[in-house]
Amino acid sequence: MSERNTTENIYPRNPKKSYALMELVKGQGFQTKKQPEDTVFVWPHLLYIELIAALVFLAGLLWVCTFKHAPLEDMASADTTPNPMKAPWYFLGLQELLVFFDPWLAGMVLPSLIVVGMIAIPYLDINPKGVGYWAWKERPFAIWTFQFGWVQWWVFIIIGVFFRGLDWAWYWPWDDWHQHKPSSGATLNDMNVILEGWGMSVSAANMSTYIMTIGYFAVFMVLPAILWRKFSRNLGFARYVTVWGLMALLWISPVKVFLRLGFNIKYFLVTPWFKV
Amino acid sequence: MIDRLAKFVRDTQIWQSVFRHGYPDNDRNQSLIMFSSVLLHLHPVKIRRSALRFRYTMCLGGLSAFMFLLLTFTGIFLMFYYVPDTRQAFQNIKDITSNVFMGGLMRDLHKWSAEAMVFLVWMHMFRVFMTGSYKAPREFNWGIGVILLTLTLLLSWTGYLLPWDQLALWAITVGTKMAEATPFFGYAGPWGQQLGMRVDNDIRFLLIGGTVVGQSALLRFYVLHCVALPVLITLGMVVHFWRIRKDGFSGPL
Repeated sequence: MSERNTTENIYPRNPKKSYALMELVKGQGFQTKKQPEDTVFVWPHLLYIELIAALVFLAGLLWVCTFKHAPLEDMASADTTPNPMKAPWYFLGLQELLVFFDPWLAGMVLPSLIVVGMIAIPYLDINPKGVGYWAWKERPFAIWTFQFGWVQWWVFIIIGVFFRGLDWAWYWPWDDWHQHKPSSGATLNDMNVILEGWGMSVSAANMSTYIMTIGYFAVFMVLPAILWRKFSRNLGFARYVTVWGLMALLWISPVKVFLRLGFNIKYFLVTPWFKV
Repeated sequence: MIDRLAKFVRDTQIWQSVFRHGYPDNDRNQSLIMFSSVLLHLHPVKIRRSALRFRYTMCLGGLSAFMFLLLTFTGIFLMFYYVPDTRQAFQNIKDITSNVFMGGLMRDLHKWSAEAMVFLVWMHMFRVFMTGSYKAPREFNWGIGVILLTLTLLLSWTGYLLPWDQLALWAITVGTKMAEATPFFGYAGPWGQQLGMRVDNDIRFLLIGGTVVGQSALLRFYVLHCVALPVLITLGMVVHFWRIRKDGFSGPL
């Protein structure tokens, strides 16, 4: 039986009516595999949730206030410098970075780059998958990169809050926090000084640190294009350079921690204007 | 009797001028209340049922906004008893904690909700990232969100100085030390001195109004904390919420 006849069978045309079923066709509609939109009114459904969440959270805060009071130490005095001087906990990660970097980098440039880099995320991530649900498998690159930064942020904060005592030395929770730690005795060296110790001339040693720094960034710029060709081509030039430039910066803290703790290196790049 | 009284009240010109529709217990009024109330209008009229799931949002964004309201409320209370003067500020805080009715609770609440706000905003950002909610068409709103997060940190940090105790003074001293190391604009930063930056004209001097954290710094941080930053973050929040509506909620179908 033809489709035409099926249509006629289901809905015979009636000359007295101005409307009729025109045709039944096989095929897929726009809504296949999607449920119809299941919407509810914001009043009261969402507003109730907001109200309950707010009240529960407020109750929790009030409960905290019953046993934990806002701290207040002695009146501010320029004569007594506390040891250690600690920033508020949410900035202690950055303060901890001061161990490894100069203040212009740890305190100003890296935080600014974090903000700029985060704003850039949606313009760099071209993977359209994984919107609107907790997706790990569909966007491994984005998630691993973000987690890498997120974990660093918290690890440095936790170290700053719980493991830094007098003179910003490392203290375990069971150590005596009123006793100064003896200096580790290790002498920190700059990269160029180490190279000079290996017999390089001063200018060759300086030049090598410049080349190594450029090489560090070059690895991030070149290697991904070789390893992940399709991914790189899809990104396009501007995104590629930004993504891997930011990635190089995301690795800079772990790399510096490794160089410092492993090889007692103070700076790996010394220029007349700044040191890294 | 009560019904008649309620009807009488509802029929008065005053009531009718305030509430433009009946109680929102039917579709029509549930829509109208969203249209006619400027605050509720930040919400859409209808929302997908899946967006209500606690497991999806964990209420983190909404609670961050609630923290801001609570901080505004408790902050205004504290402002009545606080003078940003280095000779008075510390004593004011002591008075608030011990002599002012409900003062201790208000200060505790202000402190802990500020800490909670920092944490909640971070977690909200984490959630939005993990659910991919920043992807098109919501790229811009993610950027607004990052700026709101930065403002949240700055608000919390400027408030840290106000009690004018040792904790406050030295935490801000550490923080502002960073500012003098700003490249180009700080006298201790790269290319600072080459550009003529001195300890008394660089960006740190601008921030604290002196070469050490003192009276000018306290006043500046007070004005930033109570006026400038709250105005900025409110503007940012308005755009942020509006954009959630306009760009659509990201939850699954």
